Amino acid sequence: MATVTSSRPTGATGRTRRDKAGDRQTGLRGTSRPNWLGGAFAWLWLLVVLVPIYWIVITSFKTQSMYFLSNPMVPSTEPTLANYLLVVQSDFPLYFLNSMIATLGAIVPAVLIAFLASFAIVRGRGWVLKGINSVFLLGLAIPLQATIIPVYLIIIKLGLYDSLAALILPSIAFAIPLSVLVLSNFIRDVPKELFESMRADGASEWQTLWHLAFPLTRPALVTVTIYNGLGIWNGFLLPLILTQSPDKRTLPLALWSFQGQYSVNVPAVLASVVLTTLPILILYVIGRRQLLSGLTAGFSK
Amino acid sequence: MALPATLMFVGFGVIPLLGVLVLSFTRWDGIGQIYPAGFDSWGAVLTDPGLPHALWVTFLVMFLSWIAQTPLSILIGTFLAGRQRYREVLAVLYFIPLLLSATAIAITFKALLDPNFGLGAGMHLPFLAQDWLGRPNLAMGVIIFVVSWQFIPFHSLIYQGGVRQIPVTMYEAALIDGAGRFRQFFSITLPQLKYTIITSSTLMIVGSLTFFDLIFVLTAGGPGDATRVLALDMYKRGFQANLMGPASGIAVILVLVGLALALLLRRLGGSSTDSQMDGA
Repeated sequence: MATVTSSRPTGATGRTRRDKAGDRQTGLRGTSRPNWLGGAFAWLWLLVVLVPIYWIVITSFKTQSMYFLSNPMVPSTEPTLANYLLVVQSDFPLYFLNSMIATLGAIVPAVLIAFLASFAIVRGRGWVLKGINSVFLLGLAIPLQATIIPVYLIIIKLGLYDSLAALILPSIAFAIPLSVLVLSNFIRDVPKELFESMRADGASEWQTLWHLAFPLTRPALVTVTIYNGLGIWNGFLLPLILTQSPDKRTLPLALWSFQGQYSVNVPAVLASVVLTTLPILILYVIGRRQLLSGLTAGFSK
Repeated sequence: MALPATLMFVGFGVIPLLGVLVLSFTRWDGIGQIYPAGFDSWGAVLTDPGLPHALWVTFLVMFLSWIAQTPLSILIGTFLAGRQRYREVLAVLYFIPLLLSATAIAITFKALLDPNFGLGAGMHLPFLAQDWLGRPNLAMGVIIFVVSWQFIPFHSLIYQGGVRQIPVTMYEAALIDGAGRFRQFFSITLPQLKYTIITSSTLMIVGSLTFFDLIFVLTAGGPGDATRVLALDMYKRGFQANLMGPASGIAVILVLVGLALALLLRRLGGSSTDSQMDGA
């Protein structure tokens, strides 16, 4: 997803400088003329963004006949939960569980091993680690979907076709490049003196890893976890190709087949859209601040 | 300590990457034995008029989505870079499309744009009630719009971060020199955003190669082959026509296109990109 150009370290000093600049900007922007053009487009685009979302939510509470007869932009006068019941009483809970297992099963080891690798790359030296880092960076420039056919072959050979493990293993690998990029930038920001004084006090490299690098990179870990977790939760290609049985479906795939099956019952399909997005939305509300600041720090510049 | 990540990435990243090249010289139906086939697949792929068409469609999606998203994202990002409280709220709401899966988005817009039961028919707006996904040009337009709908907010946030890093002293100096808002924008903001533009463009352009799920659910490459991008072409040849050899050939082309574009954009970034590369 990301690229080598986004890899400028966002230094601790850089961040404070930026905050100061921001504070001063308040004064400047406040006194200079407002940016009418930008503002107009920003609000207009907000409308463009929100109208479909509004429509999804109100339509999911309509009965099917209401959907065909009523004005699409007006909420139903008699909202119904029937669509949600229909979805929940189907195999939806199973797909939900599958998505949960695939996402957590991939993201926890992915972030963990990416963190270890980042620590090694930043703290160690030598051409091997440099080479490994370059390979990870290369992974950012390549559309990894293009590797799906050999991945499919490997999964068959491992006897994992049509299992959740088939989704987990490639998801871990695909999450590594961006995670290493972001995490190593953060670990690099930790002042070297802190590591050295800890080592001087007799701490092992592992202890500096857990007691120094880990707590200091927590914001980056949260960002990377949410960002990659989102990608895996919403992933469609891997489940489409690497699984087959209905009981192995994850939510996006289930949504797609649900749409094929109930294509006429749009409100029910939209209710399933709402239900698949709800957990992500809750997570977003909790981790929003960290995600937004982490993303802008990681990509801007 | 780098071992587990390296092993995983080599196993499911590097080996498949080399594997796709190897498989492009074989014959395989996806289930049975794999047979060496020399240049058969490549011969079939390179002489198929479907390839230039898929390349053209991929390029079109890439170019149109870039041109649709970039100016708006810069404009909105510059606005969002101010510090008023409501702009934060705006940023929060902006993020919502990114939370939805491409499948969910495609399904939603498919229903919204349905000529008989969608928004246009329901609101009695004939303009909106066209057969959006049934005509080649309109279908392409819909894809570009949906992509913009999902990603303009994200890129606006990237530009917001970029604008906030521009030293305020530059604006103060410009103000003293009597430069107006437009002058400030074109003489300071835009040039200072150079690297942000390259980052955001790279994300857009390399990302556009991976619009598989959105197009698959929205149009399935149709009407006809009007929106059959490379990734979709690969999937259809491989997993629907069971021709894994030619599909691997397409995948190799996809990798080369991605790599070439990334390198080109890095070159555009100039010398400073090299130091960034070292820094990573």
